Amino acid sequence: MYLDLYIFAALLVLGFFFGRLAEKKHFKSIIAREKKYRQLLTFSGRLLPPDLDRADAELVGGNVVISIDYFKRIAAGLRSIVGGRVTTYESLLERARREAILRMKEAAIAKGATMVVNVKLETSSITKGKGQQIGCVEVYAYGTALSPILT
Amino acid sequence: MLVTNIETIPGKRVTTHLGMVQGNTVRAKHVGRDIMAGLKNVFGGELVGYTELLQESREEATARMVHQANEIGANAVVNVRYSTSSVTAGAAELFAYGTAVIVE
Repeated sequence: MYLDLYIFAALLVLGFFFGRLAEKKHFKSIIAREKKYRQLLTFSGRLLPPDLDRADAELVGGNVVISIDYFKRIAAGLRSIVGGRVTTYESLLERARREAILRMKEAAIAKGATMVVNVKLETSSITKGKGQQIGCVEVYAYGTALSPILT
Repeated sequence: MLVTNIETIPGKRVTTHLGMVQGNTVRAKHVGRDIMAGLKNVFGGELVGYTELLQESREEATARMVHQANEIGANAVVNVRYSTSSVTAGAAELFAYGTAVIVE
């Protein structure tokens, strides 16, 4: 009789606890890796540093697809009734962007680069669930990795 | 083949512009990945299957762009941009474009 309701409640509780746990863990790992890769400079500008004579240039990129949990999706749905800041999606997008940039940095470091210029970020929603709600989001970060040639 | 997303190749001079080159691919997700994604939609977190799928597709689009540049005799592609769009439900188009050039 109330099976639907039980399933809904179970999904909400699961989403709330596991989603929260996953988010906390993810932020922790993001902050740790951001510290680790701080020596790699990234610029969103397209101009090269003037003191750079010769460098190997290569396109590097990193992407990530992150899904929101059930509880947050419902919370966002409720929020859209009254309007205002949808904080649940804000943190989702922030995590996705930072993760994508970190993966791009990892790719650049693997190539021996010291800086990445002209970093572009691209966001797209891959799946749309019922009622055109965004289920998950993809962020792709790409830029030109520069590794100076020592002469 | 040198590929960058800035206007030049550092330390090299562009001698000839050969015009725009592009590459695209449309990929659909498969059912197994969709089921896993459905589970992740409850718990939240990264959808590794989709991440890999999109990365592969982007590499494919880039490879097609580079192939086109090769055919017209370029040795570098500058100002590369990516773009993603969902054409129908369950399929995404990945598109890469840039300017083919000859550098010294």
